Amino acid sequence: MKKYTYTESKDTRSGFGAGLAELGRTNPNVVALCADLIGSLKMEKFIEENPNRFFQIGIAEANMIGIAAGMTVGGKIPFTGTFANFSTGRVYDQIRQSVAYSDKNVKICASHAGLTLGEDGATHQILEDIGLMKMLPGMTVINTCDYNQTEAATIAIAEHEGPVYLRFGRPVMPIFMPKYTDVNNENKFEIGKAIQMTEGTDVTIVATGHLVWEALQASEKLEEMGISAEVINIHTIKPLDDAAILKSVAKTGCVVTAEEHNVLGGLGESVARVLAENNPTPQEFIGTNDTFGESGTPAQLMEKYGLNAESIVKASKKVIARK
Amino acid sequence: MEIKELENIVFQTRRDILRMVHKVNSGHPGGSLGCTEFLVALYNEVMELKEGDFDMDGTNEDLFFLSNGHISPVFYSVLAHRGYFSKEELGTFRLLNSRLQGHPTTHEGLPGVRMASGSLGQGLSVALGAAQAKKLNGDNNLVYTLHGDGELQEGQNWEAIMYAAGKNVDNLIATIDFNGQQIDGPTSEVLPLGDLEAKFKAFGWDVLHIKEGNNMEAVVNGLNEAKARTGKGKPVCVLMHTIMGNGVDFMMHTHAWHGKAPNDEQLANGLAQNPETLGDY
Repeated sequence: MKKYTYTESKDTRSGFGAGLAELGRTNPNVVALCADLIGSLKMEKFIEENPNRFFQIGIAEANMIGIAAGMTVGGKIPFTGTFANFSTGRVYDQIRQSVAYSDKNVKICASHAGLTLGEDGATHQILEDIGLMKMLPGMTVINTCDYNQTEAATIAIAEHEGPVYLRFGRPVMPIFMPKYTDVNNENKFEIGKAIQMTEGTDVTIVATGHLVWEALQASEKLEEMGISAEVINIHTIKPLDDAAILKSVAKTGCVVTAEEHNVLGGLGESVARVLAENNPTPQEFIGTNDTFGESGTPAQLMEKYGLNAESIVKASKKVIARK
Repeated sequence: MEIKELENIVFQTRRDILRMVHKVNSGHPGGSLGCTEFLVALYNEVMELKEGDFDMDGTNEDLFFLSNGHISPVFYSVLAHRGYFSKEELGTFRLLNSRLQGHPTTHEGLPGVRMASGSLGQGLSVALGAAQAKKLNGDNNLVYTLHGDGELQEGQNWEAIMYAAGKNVDNLIATIDFNGQQIDGPTSEVLPLGDLEAKFKAFGWDVLHIKEGNNMEAVVNGLNEAKARTGKGKPVCVLMHTIMGNGVDFMMHTHAWHGKAPNDEQLANGLAQNPETLGDY
């Protein structure tokens, strides 16, 4: 089985900052908007290099979404930046009418998603945003797993015509995905294309965001137990790569989904729909279970709410027994 | 365009509004009739518009965003008479598979519409974005908006009002349809708006009134005055005093016709008050 190692760790939001800075240099139509969280979103470099293309909106997220929608009239490609909670739930109707229904080319970039925001607690730890955004017609939903993937995704969504929700997080995480370079577009991020991380025969683990690393750790533990796990990195939750999931499950016969999100409305339910329609399969869901989060360190929270490699190992054994 | 010519379009637009809402027994005639002079003046006299095919970006022409999307009948009629689409299409208003949805949308590709509206309070933010994009593009044209007065109860407006002045968005003219009415009754009873002029001024806007918002000459002069005040560092607000239901006597001075269609007899009565000047659709 392929092993993933790392030499460096960084937060995914810094990958967003790096990707945005790169877009500042290469795409004159890209503009950035922020609702008083420049440092948290790592937007400093873009602002330093492109002061005229940055718009500080103040603490007014609804206005930010509207302004972003309006800027597309005139050919701009706006990237909005704030925490995931304030990027979605707070401004749902603004996104629904002014962005999604109006077919506007806005990139809603959301940091500090999920429990790993940590000590600030449940007011800021949104666990419902994937569900909210995937229900909007025409919205692309992406949740990246490490610095490199976030950087590559940020660059890729500028080329995609249409509204995108890009979800990433606060904590420092291992960098295990290859770095995008513009030489030959090497390691280019492909929206809607699942990445098979390991080959396996006993269980498919479909993971997104920070849970991809946990799934890889789980697959190594499972291997020690003689269980062969196939890990799929499903950065794009909508449109979902149905074919990749069906192909893997045809081989393994069972699936575990893993996400830093409520199991109601998340990636797991999207996978379940694909399987129910095409190939009904035993499935276990790793995610929060219809609950709010709370204060704590990211690691403590991931353990308490069962969002780590340990839980994925247990779920894998359970789902294999159900075959 | 001569005032008389503009008034002729107003008569026809009122007829269109009445016939559109009557046919489908739904829609919003009251606010539409109150803003007819404004929209006719805007599209036929005040705004600089490019001829030829509609393009979404609207570079090097003035833009208009309708925030109070429920007055779609007047918007559609004015767009049709200005040539964005055929006036025969007005007959599809609110019907299944129509581009003329109950509230305006870009979703069906109707020329002339750049943003969906209907859920209130979002239009000013969108207009701000379009206005700032114009500045980035070195485009000196203006952005116009229309908002209901009751709509100002939505909080997002005040985020946008603060931003517009704070960021010197001075290529924007926001007009408030100041008719004092909303669905549940007079604004003074539902939720008093207070002194709107003082509020906009306190936020840093340049404010002017059009005292007779249903007098074509007053509307044209007021909008030209507003235009003259752009480019001076402040966004411009026009408080346009109108009469809901204007031009159809039994619909005037009441909120009763906010979202109600006339019956056959009422339609005939309303049409009799407004001569067919440009041909019914």
